[in-house]
Amino acid sequence: MTETIIWTVSVLTALGLLLSLVLFWVARKFRVEEDPRIDEIEKTLPGANCGGCGFAGCRAFADAAVKAGNLDANFCPVGGSEVMKKVAVILGCEVKEAAPRVAVVRCNGSCANRPLVNTYEGTQSCKVKAALYGGDTGCLFGCLGCGDCVAACQFGALSMDPATGLPVVDETKCTACGACVKACPKRIIELRPKGPRGMREFVSCANKDKGPVAKKACANACIGCGICAKTCTHEAITVEANLAWIDPDKCKLCRECEAVCPTGAIHGVNFPKPLDKEAVKQRIAERKKKEAENV
Amino acid sequence: MSKITFSIGGIHPHDSKLAREARIEVLPLPPKVYVSMFQHLGAQAKPIVAVGDKVKAGQIIAEPGGFISAYVHSPVSGTVKAIAPRKDLAGFNVMHIEIDVEGDEWAEGIDLSPELVTAIPEDRDFILDRVKMNGVVGLGGATFPTHVKLNPPPGKTAECLILNGTECEPYLTSDFRILLERTDEIVVGAAIMQKVLGGCKCVIGIEENKPEAIAAARESIKRLGYPNISVAVLKKRYPQGGEKQLIDAVMRRQVKSGGLPIDVGAVVQNVGTSLAVYEAVQKNKPLVTNVMTFTGSTVPAERQHNYLFRIGMPLSFIAEQAGGIPEGTVKLVSGGPMMGKAIANLDAATVKGTSCILCLGEETRRHKETPCISCGRCADACPMGLEPFLLKKLYAVGDTDALEQNAVQDCIECGCCLYSCPAYVPLLDTIRMAKAQVMGIIRARNAKK
Repeated sequence: MTETIIWTVSVLTALGLLLSLVLFWVARKFRVEEDPRIDEIEKTLPGANCGGCGFAGCRAFADAAVKAGNLDANFCPVGGSEVMKKVAVILGCEVKEAAPRVAVVRCNGSCANRPLVNTYEGTQSCKVKAALYGGDTGCLFGCLGCGDCVAACQFGALSMDPATGLPVVDETKCTACGACVKACPKRIIELRPKGPRGMREFVSCANKDKGPVAKKACANACIGCGICAKTCTHEAITVEANLAWIDPDKCKLCRECEAVCPTGAIHGVNFPKPLDKEAVKQRIAERKKKEAENV
Repeated sequence: MSKITFSIGGIHPHDSKLAREARIEVLPLPPKVYVSMFQHLGAQAKPIVAVGDKVKAGQIIAEPGGFISAYVHSPVSGTVKAIAPRKDLAGFNVMHIEIDVEGDEWAEGIDLSPELVTAIPEDRDFILDRVKMNGVVGLGGATFPTHVKLNPPPGKTAECLILNGTECEPYLTSDFRILLERTDEIVVGAAIMQKVLGGCKCVIGIEENKPEAIAAARESIKRLGYPNISVAVLKKRYPQGGEKQLIDAVMRRQVKSGGLPIDVGAVVQNVGTSLAVYEAVQKNKPLVTNVMTFTGSTVPAERQHNYLFRIGMPLSFIAEQAGGIPEGTVKLVSGGPMMGKAIANLDAATVKGTSCILCLGEETRRHKETPCISCGRCADACPMGLEPFLLKKLYAVGDTDALEQNAVQDCIECGCCLYSCPAYVPLLDTIRMAKAQVMGIIRARNAKK
């Protein structure tokens, strides 16, 4: 009996020792050299695996950053500049300062502004709706209101406003990962710099139809009249295909465009005071008068 | 009388042929017509007239934009007012030529007399050229350019020309009416196509619920003396008018996945197309008119109509002629209730393929979706042998490889799955998206090769 126990224990011990030696040798021989910085960077990143950076996930981002040795092609929109600075320390390289961005819905075609011309009963999905027909309002470019963007947002930053039927962005939660931009079949969501203290001006419309058609479809549509572009003294506004666009890098937040827009398509958000349209218009008129005198 | 039908799937909706007794009426001309540049499958046509030009009815106003494309002719005489984008019936912007109607003068060389011309031209190329130059497209729904279909690729021969007179969609009666009123022309049109295809046999497939049309076609074939044309009586079943289903029913042959009817020696043409081919070849008359039905569950019996319309007439004008959209209508459909498209914009203009304005009532509203109980009725109903419930699940997880293996690209979008679903799951909506996605992947792969 004792003999059996001794035999069993010794054989198993010997076998264990032998196999551990084999494993040790294999581990040494076939070791995969992996940069420890990859693990470190991955830990620093938010770990949401949202794909907003363009890579499959945080690990892939870290891998690519370490391989490149710099951060020229990498930017984590979720973590923003803070996280990127930490990553830069690990990599020992410089990081470009990028302004924090936020998703902006370029449509103000609420139920009141944009009357329905038919009723949609099909699947509640913007993608399906967009493929079937031009939409239940006269506007071909605006929000379809089925909430594909809300479903795409992993951070709970988007919600549908039942009063307007339009998505609303919660700026505190939005990480500018761009998932909603990709989910929207009408491409009305744009990522724009947040601006100083959150103040920014943007054209809240995506309608490329000619003025009368756009106006008929929606009271708040950009009709491409170009008054904003003519008024802007910073050359920040361009009108292309009947649609104005404000370059956030050039915009000085003077709000003149917002005051002169005949349809109210230009929106300013997070400004401390509401816009006094008449005062701004007067200011513009005085400037124009002076210019005329000088000429 | 032996009755045949296709072998798998299919459903039996009530046929509701309410307008079957209404004779074809010719619509008066509207003050303006809007001719779409996109009324056929393939590339958009290119306008060749300018604003201010005087045009005559039947004159070419746009030429094909590619190999698979078609000529477009002016349906009326008048002045070109504008060439601009306009909303089609789905609400999308499409290039239209707007023409102010002035009188009704036809271009030279067009025979408008009603006499039947039975002498078929000898030259095959001459016939094909006439079909092409007169802008004939398939009027069964897909509007595929007919001259392309009548010219099979080298190495492939047609054994059987199938004329589709099934009209399996409920409500539609336009094919039935032309089969009754213009039988001889359709039969001669079939003989012309037979000649082009190299003298194959021809079968006119008609469903059993149209006995008058069956009798008329048989009598006409006998009287005109075409031994090679016969009539096949088909059991009433949807979607029998689908190309692959009709080939299965008539020839007992199945077209494989991704294949074309010509692979099994078949060419399928609608009876309306046959009439258009007759007019194009024998009368040199371009495809600027077609027959459509104004019907629906909310339309009173005395207001059911079959109309001969000119392309480019606004749908709202036709509805006005029919006495307006009846009260209680909640859904307007262009085409049949199964495969037709909802009319989002009644100001849209008719196109070559317009077959019906269908007014449907409250009973056709969509029901609330409930969870799938995996009963398998959709799989039983699918005429292509697909499993719709599975395709929907695969699309939800985004597995395009599995979707392709399960042949989502074979879906003919007939809507049988949606019709048969007891849980009212919008299967077709998602399958259509999945199909578009997989077709895109297949096209990209083929382009790479």
